Amino acid sequence: MSHPLSLLTTAPLSARVGMGVVVAYGVLAISAPALAPYGETQIVGVEFATWSAQHWLGTDDLGRDVLSRPLYGARNTIGIALVTTVIAFCVGGVAGLVAGTLRGWVDQVLARLVDVLMAVPSLILSLLMLAILGTSIVSMISIIALIESTRIFRLARALALGIGMFDYVGTARIRGEGLSWIIFREILPNAAAPLIAEFGLRFSFVFLFIATLSFLGLGIQPPAADWGSMVRDDATLIAYGQMSPLIPAGAIALLTLSVNLIVDWLVHQSSGLRN
Amino acid sequence: MMSMIVSRLGLGVLTLAAVSAVVFFSMALLPGDIAQQMLGQAGTPEAVANIRHDLGLDRPIGQRYLSWVYGILHGDFGRSLASGRPIADIAAGRLINTLFLAGFAALISIPLSVGLGLVAALYRRRPTDTAINFVSLLAISLPEFLIAYLLIYIFTVKARWAPSLAVIGADSPLSERLHKTLLPVLTLTLAVAAHMTRLTRAAIVNVLSSPYIEMARMKGLAPWRVIVRHALPNALGPIVAVVVLNLAYLIVGVVVVEVVFTYPGLGQLLVDSVSKRDVPVVQASCLIFAATYITLNLLADLMSMIGDPRLLNRR
Repeated sequence: MSHPLSLLTTAPLSARVGMGVVVAYGVLAISAPALAPYGETQIVGVEFATWSAQHWLGTDDLGRDVLSRPLYGARNTIGIALVTTVIAFCVGGVAGLVAGTLRGWVDQVLARLVDVLMAVPSLILSLLMLAILGTSIVSMISIIALIESTRIFRLARALALGIGMFDYVGTARIRGEGLSWIIFREILPNAAAPLIAEFGLRFSFVFLFIATLSFLGLGIQPPAADWGSMVRDDATLIAYGQMSPLIPAGAIALLTLSVNLIVDWLVHQSSGLRN
Repeated sequence: MMSMIVSRLGLGVLTLAAVSAVVFFSMALLPGDIAQQMLGQAGTPEAVANIRHDLGLDRPIGQRYLSWVYGILHGDFGRSLASGRPIADIAAGRLINTLFLAGFAALISIPLSVGLGLVAALYRRRPTDTAINFVSLLAISLPEFLIAYLLIYIFTVKARWAPSLAVIGADSPLSERLHKTLLPVLTLTLAVAAHMTRLTRAAIVNVLSSPYIEMARMKGLAPWRVIVRHALPNALGPIVAVVVLNLAYLIVGVVVVEVVFTYPGLGQLLVDSVSKRDVPVVQASCLIFAATYITLNLLADLMSMIGDPRLLNRR
């Protein structure tokens, strides 16, 4: 891969649109308090008001502004997904690189453990853990981070095993470099491209995962604004032909689609295919 | 060949045992235990001890695990904390409902997505392929509940063709079941078919780069004949694996769809029990879901082994 910035100019239209949308989401999420006309949980009018000049998108079942809540929801939903993905990457990535570099019994123990955790569908495993730990943001973050880290572990381990075969890694070993040098200076730079693509993919999975759990009423708890639970709360409106519950759902879909478009391009780049 | 299959079967049984242990022992993470949880603040030490004795919590955990597994193997899943009824009674009917929903969805989505994958591979890098590719990427990006509500909006609110609630009883006739589960099935189909289409296309495109396909093309065979007669048989192994894996994915997708349409299946039971923290029911339904998932994965492996004898002769 050439310089990252010059790479951007070669990005296809789909990836550029994706990046534009992701940046726009970031800006909206960070500046939500400045942009939103009303507060996150503020009750500002009658329930189920229709679209008007004061409330551009009407109000919800408790009389809260439907324009303001998705804006705050962006912070909660995206922020929590980002934190979870980062934690999952730190845990799974480091464990995978260490296991793939050390090999031997450490690798065997970790890999078998991950096999067992991956044998259970992730939604089912998370529901089991949520029943035991109780529904709170902290337990949700740790559960999803644990589940996703198993997937990252697999990739990081495979990368470390593959790159560890190269002579320069062997040379570093003979030179007497420590484990952290070998992992962070020899292996990681060459594993970076696929790991970055994986980060995008994992983020969209985590994001959908959190939205799904919140939709099931087991994720981010009210009154905090969040897209998944907003869909759940306002779902009854659809039966009356109101489109507003589809706004947070559409927001979820657009972000995932954009991240997927970027990831498609990154994977294509790092696999070195040209067609 | 037999020894490979037997060892894969053995691995499957081992995985099931390990997963059952994860499901059971994760309960040890519970702060306090179920007895304290049930009584809350009000529990006197004697009352807690009584309940622990009733539930058998005063026995060593290894012994409890073995008797739990023994019970399940004999169809006894224990009792629900919330209602006190045997879990086997609650779950049996719901499992049948869930299997009905998943089976119906599989019946539609498998032929549909294999067909679309073939078409996409045939018209590779042409508008038809691009369109199929984009629509399937869109369907993957949409959360299941959004697909569900979009369908409700279109088919229930606007067109008034299908009901938005899929409440059925044990004695509902087949025609009523089919009508009421139309939207849930359509939702599941969209969610699963997208994955299957993309992977079918990928499997065929992969084979298309082999020299023997080039040979077939140079002989001047019609493109569809190259795909169906030459490429498909060699791509069949991966495709079958993909199809079975997606059946496993259906098992999970069913949870959300059942909640949206309030369909009385196992998934809804699981979600309800999680919010009630009815741990025994959660464990039992998780185990049923996980066992189905593992069995389907095992089947996928076995079928691709049988479908592609080369896999049996590695090393």
